Amino acid sequence: MDFLNAIIVLFNFTVIPALAYGSQLALGAIFVTLIYAVLRFANFATGDMMSFGTMFAVILTYYFQSLGFGLGVLPTALLTIPFAVLMMILYMLIIDKFVFSYYRIKKSPPVQFAMVSVGVMFVTQALIRIIIGPSDRRFLDGEKFIIKATEFKEMTGLAEGITLKSTQAITIIVTLIVVSIMFWFLNRTKTGTSMRAYSDNEDLALLSGIDPKRVVLITWVIAGILATIGGVLYGLDKSYRPFVYFNNMLPIFAAAIVGGIGNPFGAFLGGYVIAFAEIFVTYAYKRFISYLLPEHLEPDSLLQLLSTDYKFAVSFSILVIVLLIRPSGIFKGKVI
Amino acid sequence: MRNYKNVIAAYSIMIFLIILVGIFQSWSIALTILNYCLISAVMTIGANIQWGYAGLINFGIMGYTALGGLAVVLVSVEPVKKAWQVGGLNILACIWIIVAIIFVVKFILKRFDKSKLRNYSVASVILGGIILLRVTAAPGIEAIESVDPARTGFLGGMGLPVLFSWIFGALLAGSLAFVIGKIALGLRADYLAIATLLIAEIIVSIIKHEEWLARGVKNVIGLKRPAPYEIDLQTSEWFINLVTKFNSSKLNLINSISDKQEALNQMVIDASSVYVKLCFTGLFLTVVIILLIVTQKALYSPWGRKMRAIRDNEEAASAMGKNIVKEHLFIFILGSAIVGLAGAMMVTNDGLFTPGSYRPMRYTFVIWVMVIVGGTGNNFGAILGGFVVWFLWVEAAPIALFLINLFTSHLPETNAVRVHLIESAPYFRFLVIGIGLLLIMRYRPQGIIPEKIIKQ
Repeated sequence: MDFLNAIIVLFNFTVIPALAYGSQLALGAIFVTLIYAVLRFANFATGDMMSFGTMFAVILTYYFQSLGFGLGVLPTALLTIPFAVLMMILYMLIIDKFVFSYYRIKKSPPVQFAMVSVGVMFVTQALIRIIIGPSDRRFLDGEKFIIKATEFKEMTGLAEGITLKSTQAITIIVTLIVVSIMFWFLNRTKTGTSMRAYSDNEDLALLSGIDPKRVVLITWVIAGILATIGGVLYGLDKSYRPFVYFNNMLPIFAAAIVGGIGNPFGAFLGGYVIAFAEIFVTYAYKRFISYLLPEHLEPDSLLQLLSTDYKFAVSFSILVIVLLIRPSGIFKGKVI
Repeated sequence: MRNYKNVIAAYSIMIFLIILVGIFQSWSIALTILNYCLISAVMTIGANIQWGYAGLINFGIMGYTALGGLAVVLVSVEPVKKAWQVGGLNILACIWIIVAIIFVVKFILKRFDKSKLRNYSVASVILGGIILLRVTAAPGIEAIESVDPARTGFLGGMGLPVLFSWIFGALLAGSLAFVIGKIALGLRADYLAIATLLIAEIIVSIIKHEEWLARGVKNVIGLKRPAPYEIDLQTSEWFINLVTKFNSSKLNLINSISDKQEALNQMVIDASSVYVKLCFTGLFLTVVIILLIVTQKALYSPWGRKMRAIRDNEEAASAMGKNIVKEHLFIFILGSAIVGLAGAMMVTNDGLFTPGSYRPMRYTFVIWVMVIVGGTGNNFGAILGGFVVWFLWVEAAPIALFLINLFTSHLPETNAVRVHLIESAPYFRFLVIGIGLLLIMRYRPQGIIPEKIIKQ
């Protein structure tokens, strides 16, 4: 019984949150990696673009709520995602048309692209703050929990319970659906193949008649979908605050590079690697161990490897280690 | 002389703008802006050395700035004797353990050939060392942090004059840059940018959360100053006389003695803050001028030519026998040290160290915008960039407010759009900076004052 309790403690406090957080990171990381693979630059506006898409979802959620629309037990935000995605794609295409396309045609070095994306980051951040303001917003409605700890305890008779928030379940399910559709698209359809060809070798792709404009367009469309959904899921799970999204960009970058930048599947797994590492390293194992050990051996300290203050530092350290040992990432990405 | 015409013109406009602020807002604000412009100028000189001279992209400016700030605390604050008594030994032991780990790892790396066994042993040494560190440090840290936690709760510094900290800040930042450079400089440009960005974030989070070091997010306030305090000035005879002398014509217009005294008091208070800021301005200006002369000399020396050669064509420079790795590392350290110096200057100017305020937006990206806008590879340009961008960063909000009021003046006071826009006026600075950067990148990628190659 104690063993079961220990497993449930670990599951409740590390595995579930890590899966949800990892899914959010994974969506962002695929976004980064796609832009890197096809358009060939590190997009420093990632976090703010995700925030921009989420902003529309938040505003529309408030609007729908005022109209009385809703999905019942599910959050209204899910209903707003398609509209938010459309707005996001529109914004991205406008940015691409007026900013990035010039440098793409000129074949500027990646560093210049990165600096330009910093400019886009500033502008996006300003727009978000002007439109919706910097304050903290919760836009989750509907049922909050799928399983509550007390119900679980009653059901199983165990001392420890599992809490499954509906946002966590939605995050994981939606991520799996989106990511599988995306991989199907990239690997099985003609457009997806042409995108990969363009990413591998631009000149050869052009020679074989692939229209670069179309590839770029499709890339931004997919990027818009991923960014918005990733952002909305994160906002539902925690809360929507523009500043936090900017900070989230850093673990997202870490995930993309750890997985091998330019490799979508690597980025997907990289998100989970980063999330699990962050949570496993900063989790206090005292309760877990105390179930496994006999009573007189119970530890005094929290058995925490690092305090939770260093959550971000963990993912960055992983990134630094990966860059040192295997700069192309766990799954071989673009050769650096 | 014709070559310098646009430089002189650009700087005159900048000074004119700051004088305008002095006239329209107040001289105290104008001097605050000027001081921050000078600090930003030092940062941009540092960033420009890395980016403009050598083409290294360093997004870790925030980290070095924070380290420079930390140096001020470590150097100028009086040591907390009690904290040293209760936990000093543990901390010193930790330092020795870190040194020992480094030497053991180096020894293993040097003596044994590359193999799986070597990797595992290095990893286990580091892991064992970290566990040992935690065991040694934990009781010491707890003891230190419990020494009068409301006021101290940290080890304190060395109690030296604050100006030493500027040098120490540069040294600290430089030595960190050595470590980071060793790790990350081999990476491709945009990877280097991401890696340095994240490493800077690690540094700041360490400074934030290690409270025994510099009180972390509890902040250190009341740091020493290299300039007199306002309160002392306001009570000193010579300063009041000086103010009276300057404002004698204004004071003579007032007839009643009590009114006169009141006006004089107000003037003394205003003048004392201006005087203190002028002292800082003098100090900062000295630093900027010295740095400018040195960097300018370096840029047109054989060393500067070598750096440009490496920047423009690494392979050719390498073929000519230049050691690119070494030069890159050197310039990375140099630039970072200057940024560290700027960080120390900034904390000295503020008189307080607030680790929570170090955000990549303000301390990395804005500095980069300064370098790009001003002119990469040109020191005059970089300094001008520091001035222009900082000025916009500060004055964007008042200007935006003014424009919003102007354009919405036909709307009623309670109009939702107008109220919302007025509330969000502070965020227009991001918009201005962002659009400014995009426009410069597009239409004048070499910056306001482009790089000049003087043929000799």
